[in-house]
Amino acid sequence: MIWKSNKEVKRKSERVLLRSRIFRNLLRNRTAKAGFAIVSLTITIALFAPLIASHDYMKANLREIAQPPSLRHPLGTDELGRDILSRIIHGSRLSLTLGVVSVGIGLLGGVPLGAIGAYWGGWVDLVIMRFIDILLAFPAILLAIAIVSILGPGLYNAMIAVGIAQLPIYARLIRGLILSIREKEFVEAARALGASDLRIITRHIIPNSLAPIIVQSTLNVATAILSAAALGFLGLGAQPPTPEWGTMLSRGRLYLRVAPHITTFPGLAIVLTVLGFNLLGDGLRDALDPRMVRIRR
Amino acid sequence: MTRYIVYRITLMFFVLFGVSIFVFLLVRLVPGDPAELLADQWATKKDIELLRRQWGLDKPLITQYLVFMNHLLHGDLGNSVASNTPVAKEIAAKFPNTLKLAITGTLIAIIIGAFAGIISAAKPYSIFDNISMVLALLGVSTPAFWLGLMLILLFAVKLDWFPATGAGTIKHLILPSITLGLLTAGVIARQTRSSMLEALQQDYVKTARAKGLRETIVIYKHALKNALIPVVTIVGLQFGHLLGGAVLVESVFGWPGMGRFLVDSIFTRDYPVIQGAILVFATAFSLVNLGVDLLYGSIDPRIRYE
Repeated sequence: MIWKSNKEVKRKSERVLLRSRIFRNLLRNRTAKAGFAIVSLTITIALFAPLIASHDYMKANLREIAQPPSLRHPLGTDELGRDILSRIIHGSRLSLTLGVVSVGIGLLGGVPLGAIGAYWGGWVDLVIMRFIDILLAFPAILLAIAIVSILGPGLYNAMIAVGIAQLPIYARLIRGLILSIREKEFVEAARALGASDLRIITRHIIPNSLAPIIVQSTLNVATAILSAAALGFLGLGAQPPTPEWGTMLSRGRLYLRVAPHITTFPGLAIVLTVLGFNLLGDGLRDALDPRMVRIRR
Repeated sequence: MTRYIVYRITLMFFVLFGVSIFVFLLVRLVPGDPAELLADQWATKKDIELLRRQWGLDKPLITQYLVFMNHLLHGDLGNSVASNTPVAKEIAAKFPNTLKLAITGTLIAIIIGAFAGIISAAKPYSIFDNISMVLALLGVSTPAFWLGLMLILLFAVKLDWFPATGAGTIKHLILPSITLGLLTAGVIARQTRSSMLEALQQDYVKTARAKGLRETIVIYKHALKNALIPVVTIVGLQFGHLLGGAVLVESVFGWPGMGRFLVDSIFTRDYPVIQGAILVFATAFSLVNLGVDLLYGSIDPRIRYE
């Protein structure tokens, strides 16, 4: 059929309208705009790192050890004479990967657990939620450290550890969302009209739980980058000479008195990136929550 | 209420039981012979065999766990591989230091965070509000270890007001507690602001204003009292997280607490210490959470538990 039915066209235009409203809210929101700008900048830098970096980030130059910022080295050189700016630029790839992969691991583990618990209920739910309670008995960074003590230090193990430490957040979030959406009147109405389980899940539960999950994931990328940098700083994450920001910092602290720039700049890079994701997450929350619109205006 | 307390305490014991299983499995999940992992570096073959029998490591897993729990309930966490002293004794010496740090950090966070949150909510979207909320978000986004190093750089290296590392005097306590406090103040400020804003929109605040009460009384007596409930929860949870955050701050400032003890022990693969430290951290965290949950019920008479 070439012509779409009138109803279908109308529904599609409604959806486009909703999407453009979310986007407009996002653009009107100063917080979201600032966050979006910082995050896009970081992603661009990470994508084009080899083109932007002026020096080889791995090449030591013993004649230029711990130089303060200069024209040749805008952020100075580190304890082995490597260009710090170039290392920070390349490090953005690691930090973004660490953040996104950890959140991915958390989502992959947490969402099915929470969904299964909410769906089946009863003892399945009980077992899953008590397991989550046990994970929550550890402060997140400590759980990550405990997991690294089993797996051993390293970049990949840090991602796994940070991801598992985030898993309980998603399990609880999705379980709560499903339980509350299931009781809503529009779901009851759909069920009364004879909608199948599959239709209720794909048409009502998933679309309505997407927004909170996107917001939480964005904010958790920020937390994950912080945790991964913390593991790197403690020597439990990425190992030198990897240009991971936390790892760079932990080397630099030995020269804090003579060359503080080695410690200062990688830290600023972490703050800026994490701030970007936090701003974006906050802004998204306001833009995606229709009740917030009136208050914000 | 009584039923809720009983339920909540039962839940905590269940969770601690789970934690003990996690810690028990930790050493067994690491590749290698657990008896060798638990033995100190000077141990001979005979010592290792003795350890194996003492902890039942040649028995089935269930028996091993029972032996582990038996030792644990008698306060025996094994001996440190590095120093050959009982882990329980070392923890008893170090835990108070971490607690001291977490308590002073929380106090600093409450003072700064609650103050900023209340004033921000009283005059929303004012300059003060905007600046303090940006600072709060910066606080949430700053790595603890980096802030600590920057404070050392400014106050120890440049100004020479406080010692950079070590412990013993009040002066040693100041920089690490400020580091912990500043990072947590942001979370508390954001929570205080949002629950104050909500409270200020309630009808009883309108009534209080309509009666002609002064704005300070409206804010501090009527709104604040009600806004405090979620803040108390956040403060409690943050206190627990500060125990975890202490791991980083202790490493930066060379503070002789549990966190540094744990991190050092991972490098020396001192598994008895790793087990003991994680167990103590999780127990402390669970107790704090229990306290927060119970306090929540007693400060808000509207909450009734089924």
